[in-house]
Amino acid sequence: MNDQRPITIIIAIILVGAVLLTKLFLIQVADDSFLKRAERNAIQRVVDHPYRGLVNDRKGNIMVYNNPIFDLMIIPKEFSVKDTTRFCEIFQISKEELIEGYTAARKYSYVKPSPLIKQISTSEFAKIQDYLIDYPGLFVMTRAVRSYPQPSAANALGYIGEISAAQLERDTLKYYRQGDYVGLSGIEGFYEKELRGVKGVKYKMVNVRGVDKGSFKSGEYDTASVAGHNLTSTIDLALQQYGEKLMEGKKGSVVAIEPKTGEILAIISAPSYDPNVLTGSKFGSNYLLLNRDESKPLFNRPIMAMYPPGSIFKIVQSLVGLQMGVLTPNTTYACNRSLVACHNHSSPVNLFGAIRNSCNPYYHQAYRAMINREVSSSTFKDTEIGLNAWREYVLKFGLGSPLGVDLFNEKGGSIPSSALYDRVYGPGRWKYSTIYSLSIGQGEMLVTPLQMANLAAIFANKGYYYVPHLVKAIDGDNRRIPEKYRTKMEVGVDAHHFDMVQDAMAEAIYGTAARAAIKDITIAGKTGTAQNPQGEDHSVFIAFAPKEDPKIAIAVYVENAGWGGRAAASTASLMIEKYIRGEVTRPSLEEYVLAGKFM
Amino acid sequence: MCSPENLCKVRQDDLYINKIDWVTICIYVVLVIIGWFNIYAAVYDEQFPKSIFDLSINSGQQLLRIGAAFLIILLIMVADYRVFDNLAWILYIAFLVLLIITPFIGKEVNGQILSIGFGSFRIQPSEFAKFTTALALAKYMERPSFDLSQMKHQFQALAIIMIPIILIMLQPDTGTAMVYFAFFIMLYREGMPQRYYVLALTFIAISLLALGIENNLYLVIGVGAVILILILMGKKKLSRIISFVLLGTVIVAYSYSLDYVVSKLPEHQQNRIMVLFNPDLDPLGAGWNVTQSKIAIGSGGFLGKGYLEGTQTKFDFVPEQHTDFIFCTLGEEFGWVGSSVVIILFCALLIRLVMLAERQKNRFSRVYGYCVISILFFHFMVNIAMTIGLFPVVGIPLPFFSYGGSSLWSFTILLFIFIKLDSHRIQLLGRMG
Repeated sequence: MNDQRPITIIIAIILVGAVLLTKLFLIQVADDSFLKRAERNAIQRVVDHPYRGLVNDRKGNIMVYNNPIFDLMIIPKEFSVKDTTRFCEIFQISKEELIEGYTAARKYSYVKPSPLIKQISTSEFAKIQDYLIDYPGLFVMTRAVRSYPQPSAANALGYIGEISAAQLERDTLKYYRQGDYVGLSGIEGFYEKELRGVKGVKYKMVNVRGVDKGSFKSGEYDTASVAGHNLTSTIDLALQQYGEKLMEGKKGSVVAIEPKTGEILAIISAPSYDPNVLTGSKFGSNYLLLNRDESKPLFNRPIMAMYPPGSIFKIVQSLVGLQMGVLTPNTTYACNRSLVACHNHSSPVNLFGAIRNSCNPYYHQAYRAMINREVSSSTFKDTEIGLNAWREYVLKFGLGSPLGVDLFNEKGGSIPSSALYDRVYGPGRWKYSTIYSLSIGQGEMLVTPLQMANLAAIFANKGYYYVPHLVKAIDGDNRRIPEKYRTKMEVGVDAHHFDMVQDAMAEAIYGTAARAAIKDITIAGKTGTAQNPQGEDHSVFIAFAPKEDPKIAIAVYVENAGWGGRAAASTASLMIEKYIRGEVTRPSLEEYVLAGKFM
Repeated sequence: MCSPENLCKVRQDDLYINKIDWVTICIYVVLVIIGWFNIYAAVYDEQFPKSIFDLSINSGQQLLRIGAAFLIILLIMVADYRVFDNLAWILYIAFLVLLIITPFIGKEVNGQILSIGFGSFRIQPSEFAKFTTALALAKYMERPSFDLSQMKHQFQALAIIMIPIILIMLQPDTGTAMVYFAFFIMLYREGMPQRYYVLALTFIAISLLALGIENNLYLVIGVGAVILILILMGKKKLSRIISFVLLGTVIVAYSYSLDYVVSKLPEHQQNRIMVLFNPDLDPLGAGWNVTQSKIAIGSGGFLGKGYLEGTQTKFDFVPEQHTDFIFCTLGEEFGWVGSSVVIILFCALLIRLVMLAERQKNRFSRVYGYCVISILFFHFMVNIAMTIGLFPVVGIPLPFFSYGGSSLWSFTILLFIFIKLDSHRIQLLGRMG
């Protein structure tokens, strides 16, 4: 019997060995969950945030940069200080603050770093830098905060902030993580992909207490971050600042465009705010304050405010009439004030005179001729066909829908079609007498200041425009901006029709906006008044200059400033001089504008 | 037993070296070397790499102990083979005395008093008592009159085993005390009646089922079904039916009382038992060791992460990684292939020792050989099973691997006394009982 027992023992040994090998096989080879858990244990994925791209103005002045701020970190385990008084002197903190900071750090972790002094500026950091080596357990962590050397163009530049849940949801490529900063508005938002750069990843190993134990596999899997692209803005910072100064104490917009390129030279939304308040740790509370502000500093008026174009629209009417063949330069109408009110001027007038004098009855009659072409025996049907045909011409001027500027939330204004009137009055129940307000830019018609400035550019260019935009080059390369900003848009009106219109606009300056005239610079402009049922009318003016070779096209809206010749035309004139001459030679006009407060 | 052929061979082989079993020694040396490299891996810090020989880290210290172990081996090999026989009782009693005085003069660590000594030189008498107990058992059982089928002799053998167990329990060191139960493997070979083992294994199986199955009702139904089948299969005599029903009742009663007893145990022991069945019960507390140990080994994969490339053991996720959980380092860095090599080496060593034990010409050597097998087998099985969650966490080292002098030396002494005895098996021929 005993002879079998050694065999039994050997079998038992082999059996135990087999059981252990099987179990090991199950957890080591058949089950990879342990590997994942091990990685979760010991390997920490640290995102290396790239430097966000910078934004310069068209002349190379910095508009947005990254300001490094420093946090002094402490590792309690390694920290020791012999002379506390000297330490406090160097680091500019009180003994109590040191003790408090150390205690808090100690409480958080003995071996992991915590901040001791937060947000040290570059100059303060320079002072303490050399002393750091004397104190073990202290090191500096750098963060970058968006910073603006000039408190300008806040709404155009936009701001960055923590990504929202909805944005995370939309991010199908899963580039972003909770807590990432993204451009939320302005250029920051629109050019987020260009500015953000490429995140890098570092794999760090940590021990059971979370202490850094160096890079995983000597950084084999690490990727370096790639800094974002730098943008060259179309904005002329000096002009932008000057415009902001002029608009102080007023509500409204100024948009200046280089007509030949569609580059926006200045885009002023007043009132505005200092973009530096929406950076760093104060973002949340400051945003709340701005959002609650009655004067709506976050409302980007140039692209979001919509007004009836008023008299300025008469130029569009003139051009459409000419192109349609309904009008010729010699078409004459009487200034029949029984149709619509007008102001004192000689009558009858030809087209030139109508523009110069901004004659309302002229356009009432001219517009009727454009709309009622007698293609249908029914006056209702005829009006419907005429309105829609006319509308096609008008839309080509970049009206009625967003132009496509490189900013989010651009409004499109509206140019009504027959559908709108059908909805309001019922099909076949409206005719020209219902819609005649459109003839003088009133009624169911809305445009944004940006569209207005674009109209000025079209008039300057004699019939084409480039979609206005705020960025002219990416990393210095102007071919990298979106195709649509390099595509010439024809408005479908022959260039020769513009000659007379330009002349009339140049003349008009002396009639309705004499103050706007500048010695040696021919300005072509048109005043307007946007009717405001809530109070004083808005002052509107568009212009381009010099007439012979336009360098700047501009639209100015000053809310509640009354008739356009006053505030708006003067502001536009100063802007034009500032841009073309680089300086303003009319201090009295400047003072006059600065003194105007219309809030 | 002894063929003329063998005798002729002995006469021809005069060199003592040729009588030593080099197979065993080779496996021993390989295991010690792998163990030493593993200890280095367990404490290796990539940021501040130190040489494996650096005395300020465990691997350097262990190298000194390995050196001392080789001195011990030399001493054993040059000693007179009769000295172990002659000193068996004296050594046994001497270490019992040391075990008794340990709690009084020893150094307390974590509530246990395990070691005695001066300064940095400390030994654990409970480790060395393994081989003295083995010698005492061999000496006692060598008597021609000894017969394990007799109750009296069974009790006497048991007494030799139980005395050190009780003393070690007082330290208290349950893990080491449990090792002494391994001697039952030797007793099995020496003719202890089989029914004890069947009973004990049944008992263990029922205990595991009782603890492992949450709802005892299932156990009751299971036991009832088995008993019913047994009754129906055999003769339907009343006495037989009654005895089976009684047996079933005892089993059920036992399992209920076991749950009760467990619930009365100190919490850390209770947790160790419960965590075996479900380590996720408390992954950050009682299950931490097992969970982290399984993660370390499991993450090794087929070929492992490579030597010194392990993250779990190196960054202290596994506690006691250079002592009781040294197998984790091996599993993590060398994967299933590396683990298999070590397990196969251990099995080969044990099987080789069974072969050596069986070729002994006298009972003293054979009993001692089986004691060595029993202890090594128990340590190997329990230690590795514990690291992969097959056995509760019991603080016993992996032979030849774990860091520490006492464990290395005691296993070395244990093994080499047997190699010594084996090399003199012809001289010991005449004493066969």
